Amino acid sequence: MTNTTFASSQQSAASRRVVVTGMGWVTPLGHDVNSVWQRLMNSESGMGPITRFDARTFPTTFAAQVKDYDIARFVKDASVHASAGLNSQFALGAACQAWAQSGLDRCATLNKKRVGLYLGAGEGVVDFENYAASNLAGWDEATQKLDGVKWADFAHKAMDRMREVEQEPNMPLAHLAREFGVRGPALNCLTACAASTQAIGEAFSLIQRGDADVMISGGTHTMIHVLGVTGFNRLTALSTSKGDPTKASRPFDKTRDGFVMGEGSGMIVLESLEHALARGATPLAEVAGYGSSADAFRITDIQPEGRGGAASMGVALKQAGIDPAARRSDGRAAIDYISAHGTGTKENDSIETRGVKRVFGENAKDIPMSSIKSMMGHLIAAAGAVEFITCVLAIRDGMLPPTTNYSTPDPDLDLDYVPNVARAAKVDICLSNSFGFGGQNDTLVVKRYL
Amino acid sequence: MSRRRVVITGLGPVTAHGNGIAPLWDALCEGRSALAPIRVFDARGFRAASGAQLPDSFDVKEFVPKSYRKATKVMARDIEIAVIGAHCAVKDAGLITRGTDPEHAATIAPDRFGCHIGAGLIAAELDELTAALATSRDENGKFDPARWGAQGMQELTPLWLLKYLPNMLACHVTIIHDCQGPSNTITCNEASAGLSLAESQRVIERGAADACLSGGADSKLNPMAYLRQELAGRLALCPIDVDATTIVRPFDISAAGTLVGEGGGLLVVEAEECAKARGARIHAVLSGTGASQSWCEDTVGLLPDCSGESLADAIQAALQDASISPSDIDAIIPYGSGVAALDSLEAKALAWVFGDALKDKWIITLAPSVGATYAGFGAIAVAVAAKCVSEQRVPARLNSQNTPTLCATVAASASRSLRHILVCTPSLGGQNSAAIISRSN
Repeated sequence: MTNTTFASSQQSAASRRVVVTGMGWVTPLGHDVNSVWQRLMNSESGMGPITRFDARTFPTTFAAQVKDYDIARFVKDASVHASAGLNSQFALGAACQAWAQSGLDRCATLNKKRVGLYLGAGEGVVDFENYAASNLAGWDEATQKLDGVKWADFAHKAMDRMREVEQEPNMPLAHLAREFGVRGPALNCLTACAASTQAIGEAFSLIQRGDADVMISGGTHTMIHVLGVTGFNRLTALSTSKGDPTKASRPFDKTRDGFVMGEGSGMIVLESLEHALARGATPLAEVAGYGSSADAFRITDIQPEGRGGAASMGVALKQAGIDPAARRSDGRAAIDYISAHGTGTKENDSIETRGVKRVFGENAKDIPMSSIKSMMGHLIAAAGAVEFITCVLAIRDGMLPPTTNYSTPDPDLDLDYVPNVARAAKVDICLSNSFGFGGQNDTLVVKRYL
Repeated sequence: MSRRRVVITGLGPVTAHGNGIAPLWDALCEGRSALAPIRVFDARGFRAASGAQLPDSFDVKEFVPKSYRKATKVMARDIEIAVIGAHCAVKDAGLITRGTDPEHAATIAPDRFGCHIGAGLIAAELDELTAALATSRDENGKFDPARWGAQGMQELTPLWLLKYLPNMLACHVTIIHDCQGPSNTITCNEASAGLSLAESQRVIERGAADACLSGGADSKLNPMAYLRQELAGRLALCPIDVDATTIVRPFDISAAGTLVGEGGGLLVVEAEECAKARGARIHAVLSGTGASQSWCEDTVGLLPDCSGESLADAIQAALQDASISPSDIDAIIPYGSGVAALDSLEAKALAWVFGDALKDKWIITLAPSVGATYAGFGAIAVAVAAKCVSEQRVPARLNSQNTPTLCATVAASASRSLRHILVCTPSLGGQNSAAIISRSN
């Protein structure tokens, strides 16, 4: 085995180093970084019955909802964002925390044309009540078809202009730009469950290229609504466990039966190292690598050998100058922790495990890998950003969040999933995986800033 | 550090004029408009009953391998446009993929082939959804969630959700053509396709792929998506008996709204050295891109920046990225939808960048011919720009009679010396994109 050091990262083509200078989130376990992190350390759960609509007869009746959230606590003037949907509201709360922590709100010389946005934000929530009513009003029983004129007549009266505009997935960008006054490159990507990991990776790449000095990045999403739960129930992707909802999300456990829907937002401030140091900011961590790939396999199935996930991990590690099969000079494996995609579906967890083994070989068993989706559910487009933040916190505190509800080992899944209780560990380099429905795979490598 | 040059080798626009660049280019040069009464749904209840709909003859099954025909059942129209565009682009680029020729070895390594597609907010097919909703009405005919949860939702096909996730455009395209490199889905309304092309450029530059299928696709010819455009103040008044071909008048003082066109498409963008190594025909160079975000004090969303300053920033960034100056630009393809407020924003941005020289820049308008194409716009516009620089010709301009701010009045197609063309657009939501398409030497 060869020794790998950070020095080899200089082989990567891009020259600008990129650091994290602010973080924030709005999650089913709370709305500030440290208290939620503590609750993750305590193995707490954010799950409960769905209260957004009457889901009592649905195959799945529970989710991890954001509770007691009020954007007025975060933004300068809530009236500016009066039309914001839940996705934009979550994004604003998370981004305000990150912006404040970065200190950029107090930076008088900031050139806001050099501050960009790259989000993996989900679409807004459909106005289901008026949508369903319009559809039914336009329904022609005899032909079993919609009468467009009748539909339009009803819908014109029922639907609200801004509520419809706010469903466009780029509206969180509009709200964040308004809140912080930023004018740099702005993009939103929506690659299902991989979106915010991909957003952070591309934001990192924009700063490296020199297109911006600062990027606000992350994701926001809620699909806890009638059609969202319907869609995932029909795909049989959601847990339909009976009994205690806090036990429903069981990543890597043999009895896992699907994911539990969460909602919320994770946001970070990324910055070129030179920009951060020049204004005296404290880097919280450094983004070291990003990899993206497509499965190009099937609409519904993941490539069974984990080819796509292995490819995104491989590219990210290579960019970070890390040889996954090597050991560091102190004997540790090439990295210290993997934040798993770990949804709790049969397919994802076994293929992700296979992919990790494919990349890390013998090292895989020595690298702890956990899924916080066991506690806060699957935040869909926002999941990757929230999980990236937990990696930074793991480096900060030398603590690994657990995979809760792990009681029945699956003989095929034989890695160290940090079962049930948080663990102290020496953590310098983490890898965070997100794999989207539809085959987009994204991986970030984040390391201690030295 | 020298940068990898990115060239355009395959054109696959999909518009109401047909599939591929040839029918679009012919229609644009002949000055034909595809705007006509909408057929795919009864639009007489809306402000505008006409739009630019894809030809009725279009059948996505002809553009996928036999083994993939079953999967076309779970494609929304937006996905079909992307799939057809990908096929046309790959063919035009002279590439072999498993999607175009499963019998032969692919001429591009799958892990070096990326895919970036701009997508809109895809609306569900209402006949299918409502047939299911109708099974879950209570005694008063209202939707009853209890009945829906217990039984009604079972009426929807298990894969229902996958028809409408925006990343399913790229999902299908990457499967069909075996693109295993970086893949993304950009959802920034009108700026989506332009921003996707810029991302492909960055991905190729940084060496993460050698070629990408890149562009965007959007169909808003669905009652819900269509109503959103009406509510957002985009649509011109155009009852069914009015000649729709004269309604869209970009930059004209009488401009009074736009009409919706479905379409978009994909391009093959490729590292120049790879294109040269395989002897590919190079249509044009994607020599620079820029992006920015607009906002203003008053509104979030509908019209984020009346000054045009941020769109000007995106254009300046693209010029800088291409290492050229405003005087090098010979023609411009703006979004030019005929929505007065958006046209005005664009005209101000262009004046900001080009000053008095703006009157000498040839403006190419697409919306009078193919409608406002939203997330598909950048793909169509860049394909047209590539064709313009390779043919050294500009297409005809329609409808506009009095455009005091820039040169966009009716004109026939003409040959013209073209080195660099600017393609740019603002968007609902405030993202701006700009790209420079240059003649290949």
